[in-house]
Amino acid sequence: MTLHRLTSERFREGADEALADAELQANLARLRGNFLARRARARDSLPEFDELVDEAVGIKNHVLEHLDTYLVAFEEAVEASGGTVHWARDDAEARRIVLNICRDAGASTVTKGKTMVSEEIGLNAWLEQAGIEAVETDLGEYIVQLAGETPSHIIAPAIHKNRRQISALFNHHHTNLEDRESDDLDGLLADARQMLRGRFLAADVGITGANFLVAETGQTVIVTNEGNGDLTQLLCGVHVVLAGIEKIVPTLEDASTLLRLLARSATGQDMTSYTTFSAGPRRGEDHDGPEAFHVVLVDNGRTGLLAGPNRDLLRCIRCGCCLNACPVYAKVGGHAYGSPYSGPVGAALTPSLAGLARTSHLPNASSLCGRCEEVCPMRIPLPGILRRLRDEEAQRGASPPVMRTGLQLWSVIAARPWLYHPLTSLTTRLLALMGRRRGHLPHLPFTGAWTRTRDLASPAGATFQSRWKAGERP
Amino acid sequence: MSDTRPRVALLVTCLVDLFRPSVGFAAVRLLEDAGCDVEVPAQSCCGQPAYNSGERHLAMKVARTMLDALEPFDYVVAPSGSCTGMVTRHYPTLFHGTPDEERACALARRTFELTRFLVEVRGVATTGSRFDASVTWHDSCSCLREAGTRQAPRTLLGAVEGTVIKEAGDREVCCGFGGTFAVKYPAISTAMAQDKAARLEETGADTVLSADLGCLLNIAGVLRRQGSPMKVRHVAEVLAGETAGPAIGEPDP
Ligand code: SF4
Repeated sequence: MTLHRLTSERFREGADEALADAELQANLARLRGNFLARRARARDSLPEFDELVDEAVGIKNHVLEHLDTYLVAFEEAVEASGGTVHWARDDAEARRIVLNICRDAGASTVTKGKTMVSEEIGLNAWLEQAGIEAVETDLGEYIVQLAGETPSHIIAPAIHKNRRQISALFNHHHTNLEDRESDDLDGLLADARQMLRGRFLAADVGITGANFLVAETGQTVIVTNEGNGDLTQLLCGVHVVLAGIEKIVPTLEDASTLLRLLARSATGQDMTSYTTFSAGPRRGEDHDGPEAFHVVLVDNGRTGLLAGPNRDLLRCIRCGCCLNACPVYAKVGGHAYGSPYSGPVGAALTPSLAGLARTSHLPNASSLCGRCEEVCPMRIPLPGILRRLRDEEAQRGASPPVMRTGLQLWSVIAARPWLYHPLTSLTTRLLALMGRRRGHLPHLPFTGAWTRTRDLASPAGATFQSRWKAGERP
Repeated sequence: MSDTRPRVALLVTCLVDLFRPSVGFAAVRLLEDAGCDVEVPAQSCCGQPAYNSGERHLAMKVARTMLDALEPFDYVVAPSGSCTGMVTRHYPTLFHGTPDEERACALARRTFELTRFLVEVRGVATTGSRFDASVTWHDSCSCLREAGTRQAPRTLLGAVEGTVIKEAGDREVCCGFGGTFAVKYPAISTAMAQDKAARLEETGADTVLSADLGCLLNIAGVLRRQGSPMKVRHVAEVLAGETAGPAIGEPDP
């Protein structure tokens, strides 16, 4: 089980590159506050928001308790409506299943709605290798695909790019458009629309993700703001839905509860522009729709997560809210995480799915400020999960030795007051002498990580406790 | 204010103990003025650095020393949201399933951040101090999200004579300290601190105040390095009227 294009071991380098990239910093700054302010307004205008959250958390917890039952019910319902369900244990199996469906359909072109699982399993590269062209139809995904990049945000894949960059990209790639539209937003949209229209009509297979899978009806549900998901699945012969097994909800009613929360948390909308329910292939009396309907249920590490202590993560509805709230994400952007999932949820989910060996930066690169947990509509205790992953890393003996030794030393001293007091009062007196004149410490061998970029205020002199013990009072 | 004098243990916090003892003395004065008998049981660190670094066993050893030291008091008060949060939120988790769990939970219920304790437990409306300056308040993440301290410092600062509060933008955003995070990922931490410093400076206030020395060292580190005139102090110093000494990161006069 792997995550495609996983490069999380390069987190530090990726972060440094991002911090040094002035244009990226400006692009990320636009994001700050924007989504969150809209979310706050949406939340404030819905008095029952907190009850909705309670209900949603309850629904997902219930599903996770009975996942096997609901998955089987979903499969039966899909089959009753004429569709087919496939089970994929890992990324390789999922890729094989999708490729076989495409081959059976004789496909040379597939269109794709936004699906994170496809990023997870590296579907596009795989299809291209097999000679099948995969075209992303979500505008953000389309931009990212043209640029040969990966999405940098769960719901806004191209958030790291500005209009100038997108325009340059279109100029480069859209050479076959007779008259390139202007470079304003509408012009760029018109360009993309014109390019994509041809692809929708040429596509043999349409692949989408799913925000929810409804067990009682066998329906899959997606939300979009561009309507590209509808075109993807309606204009092709075969519709493939790729979804993680945790996307199940028991009933339509439950799906609508979660939908109310999803749009508000993601973009601050009451409802996304399009909410599409798909149920099986076209029936005799239908005007349109695909001839065949496949759902590929992907595990890829999820059952392991379900059995472990971090199963709360499986409640995630991929709203992206925690990314918008994260001050680390706001500085390093999504690509530094080296995983399809970035931000707080990515830092928790990536090691949980792919193991800590290559991803141990992610749970550590957090100030544990707690803002993600505060905004998460599914009440996922993200800082707690990051802490638990740090525990796991320490137990494997994998944390950096300098850090460990330092902490061990500090803890040994701190657990023994008779050691702590003489040692600390000696050290602080010494440091105070060194820094008194300037108010901050000179560069010392052990303070480099701090003092390279910041001054370090020097201690004032004797410790509080030694002065207190000597009888000093305010 | 109630008439019985509660016995209060000051949880000094290791940063105050080592870097800025004046905050400890200011806290003692404020608590005594609020009708408390203050004691300082011998103590060290709350264990948070180890706890946040996956070293639970080390954290538990340190925390148990603290538990023993702080247990005999009516209340425990810390001039820090972060150390308060460690005791109130994380000790119960840390000791979960151990024989000390109940003790940890009981201690958590009696532990408060200083300004919140003064306002909400002791009913203090003013500390009677004077500070002629415009100040901006840095909400530490632990104050906001763990210690329940948001309004209390604003109430008390609003009652300080000569003080004007100027609120900053992005108040709920972390300053980038995060304990060991600041030295494990210094580049990201500094970038966050620079953003924070920019928001604080935009207010035009003379002084930034907070309840957490960790954040203040971080913010002062960036402001001093940039040569900013903005001063950095712990809120207890201002509330206790002890602002004659140098601000954080400034040389002795
Ligand atoms: S963890 Fe919570 S906030 Fe983050 S994407 Fe998932 S549901 Fe949204």
